[in-house]
Amino acid sequence: MQFSFTDDQNMIRDTAREFMSERCGSQQLRHDLESAENFDPSLWQTITRELGWAGLSLPEAVGGSGLGMVELAIILEEQGRCLYGGPLLASIGLASAILLECPAAEARDALLARLASGEATAALAITGDRGLAGLDAIGVTLYEDEGGLRLDGVASFVLNGHVADVFVVAAKDQRAGHSGYAVVAVDTTAGGLRVEKKLAMDTTRPYARLTFESVRDVVLLAADVDGRTIERGVQVAQVAVAAEQLGAMQAVLDLTTSYVSQRVQFGRVIGSFQAIKHRLADMMVICEAARSAVYYAACVVDEYRADPVTHAQELAEAAALVKVHCSAGFHDVAGNAIQLHGGIGFTWEYDAQLFFKRARATYNLLGAPMVHREHIARLMGLDDDKEVA
Amino acid sequence: MKIRFTPEQEAFRAGCASWLQQQMEGPFADIRGIMSQTFRADRRLEWERVLGQARWSVIGWPEKYGGRDASLAEQVIFAEEYARSGAPGRVGHLGTELAGPTILHFGNDLQRERFLRPIAKGEEFWCQGYSEPNAGSDLSNVRTRARLEHGPNGPEWVIDGQKIWTSLAQFADWCFVVCRTEEGTKGPAGISYLLVPMKQKGVTVKPIRQITGDAEFNEVFFDGARTKAEYCVGNPGEGWKVAMGTLAFERGVSTLAQQMTFRNELERIVEAAKSNGAASDPLIRQRMAEAWVGLRIMRYSALRMLSRATTGSLGGEALTYKLHWASWRKKLGELAMDVAGAPGELCVGEGYELADLPYLYLFSRADTIYGGTNQIQRNIVAERALGLPKEARGDR
Repeated sequence: MQFSFTDDQNMIRDTAREFMSERCGSQQLRHDLESAENFDPSLWQTITRELGWAGLSLPEAVGGSGLGMVELAIILEEQGRCLYGGPLLASIGLASAILLECPAAEARDALLARLASGEATAALAITGDRGLAGLDAIGVTLYEDEGGLRLDGVASFVLNGHVADVFVVAAKDQRAGHSGYAVVAVDTTAGGLRVEKKLAMDTTRPYARLTFESVRDVVLLAADVDGRTIERGVQVAQVAVAAEQLGAMQAVLDLTTSYVSQRVQFGRVIGSFQAIKHRLADMMVICEAARSAVYYAACVVDEYRADPVTHAQELAEAAALVKVHCSAGFHDVAGNAIQLHGGIGFTWEYDAQLFFKRARATYNLLGAPMVHREHIARLMGLDDDKEVA
Repeated sequence: MKIRFTPEQEAFRAGCASWLQQQMEGPFADIRGIMSQTFRADRRLEWERVLGQARWSVIGWPEKYGGRDASLAEQVIFAEEYARSGAPGRVGHLGTELAGPTILHFGNDLQRERFLRPIAKGEEFWCQGYSEPNAGSDLSNVRTRARLEHGPNGPEWVIDGQKIWTSLAQFADWCFVVCRTEEGTKGPAGISYLLVPMKQKGVTVKPIRQITGDAEFNEVFFDGARTKAEYCVGNPGEGWKVAMGTLAFERGVSTLAQQMTFRNELERIVEAAKSNGAASDPLIRQRMAEAWVGLRIMRYSALRMLSRATTGSLGGEALTYKLHWASWRKKLGELAMDVAGAPGELCVGEGYELADLPYLYLFSRADTIYGGTNQIQRNIVAERALGLPKEARGDR
């Protein structure tokens, strides 16, 4: 047991922090969110080709570096600090997490290899127009008829879907002789597929809404997938989202600390008032708890991948708790940041609003805290039959 | 980054667990799962002597002082298993967790030789002489004073003053006393850290009955109480540093044991909710889950703290820890009472006997006060971790 970064992990963190703060500061972010992609494609190329972050946590067999979830969490945390809107979370944190749960197969591995190199980015289509969590929310169905495979339905809240090269779609498998779910890849240019960019309250990252109307150009990555497999992929993805939330909440805490250390009223910096100090202290409690939760959950993911049978239950628990705490916590911290900044925190020009909106967007992504608390209540055994004491 | 214990460590876990289970199912079954700090104290002192004789009391200490030179991981494991077994909270914890480590770290050889083994063996119990009527959160305002006298027994400190909120003083053989030894000093300067025997004419212990009906803490009066000149830890006048060092030990391995106790408490609440139907209330379910999340995260933060312990630096997780657990447990107490419902308001016996959940509810109100109130903790976090300006004092 050594629950602290290794030297290598520290080095990855330092490199990522330095790179992100130099290249993705507030000004760059403002520039990015006015662009069509919401991020700078040339910077993404540097990230994938020179830094190798897309492949960092993917297996060596598909051209990745073979490191784990802890390393990916480190990078996502640093990107979260900058509210980076590029495709790492969507392509590696979300889509690849589902792919890695599917059995190794030629088509799957070929796609992972393209994602690892950064040659392509993927986006995950797993929920419908209400953006709910869980298998029931899947709104796309796979059929098979004389023309071959056919995909119909709607997927929404597809993170980074407006720029992805390929969609990883979780579909209900309605083909004769099949059951459960299928995981398929669909090219963004496939016939019958309509991709609408959806501007969101969180201006740092839009969504896409996908309409599948007899889409034929479907690559079957995994068939007869049971619901648990999809759920476990989503659980891993929840840890990725939480890592990004951690970085963002720490950054908005830092921003606020620095503001209250400079702002003078009544002849004192306002950070000398206990009303301000105490609220910041509470924000830090949330951030530190988030840090403990994120890296513990990341370790659990790595153990789960090494030994899925032994650690599946633990993954379910860790993924739920980390999403609960980081979603609710980030929202709290970002909300307090606006309050402590006063009027300026409410302006469009100042970054506090961007953090607050990112907090709200990631709050619902892959399930709001209320949903995951209910999962936990069940995991805790609140519904188990027990003799009355 | 690694969160698992090795197979050897897991074997060690099985060993402790089975010994503890034998004790708690056999000779000490009568004190298993006791929540109150003072209930059945005689039996618990006996239990702690057994623990000491079997060298399970302070396993992290050097062997020559009654420990096992256990690694940090082994200490973590033992602490977890101790609480899991339902063994009661330690009456001797002020000795094993505060006085002992302080003497080990800041004391001299003479003091180590004299004091450590009796603590380890459960032969001598300690209490903490910090707070005073006018020195609570503002500890450096202590007025208890001591002067060095040369009498027939050689040089001795003579102590006068009053301490308050002194937990378990009624069982203590010794007290570590923070007092002023330099006339005319103020604040942290001129304070010494003295080890004072409790069983003497100059020491009076008066119990204070608390909100739960128990009298775990006390007032302690020193009227010409005496201790040997050599029982001063660190140099005379430089005791503040030692006093603060003692508090740092509170963030040690014992936090894991404390969490297992919390876990047991949450389990009792879950059982109660299942048996009275509260478990199907959606709001209660949300709060149960939230409590579970907080508890798990506390464990991860404690593991972070311990993993860093070897570096000697204090991370953000350590500075925020007290605030986190204290706020968490107060909420747990409220959840317990909401689960218990109206029946929880009734006493279950004469002499203000409360059921476990209502007792927890009342007791948890202390958590955000003792060991530094939440307000003081927030100052500490804001000033030490976030670098915000220090509070102005009104008196200097």
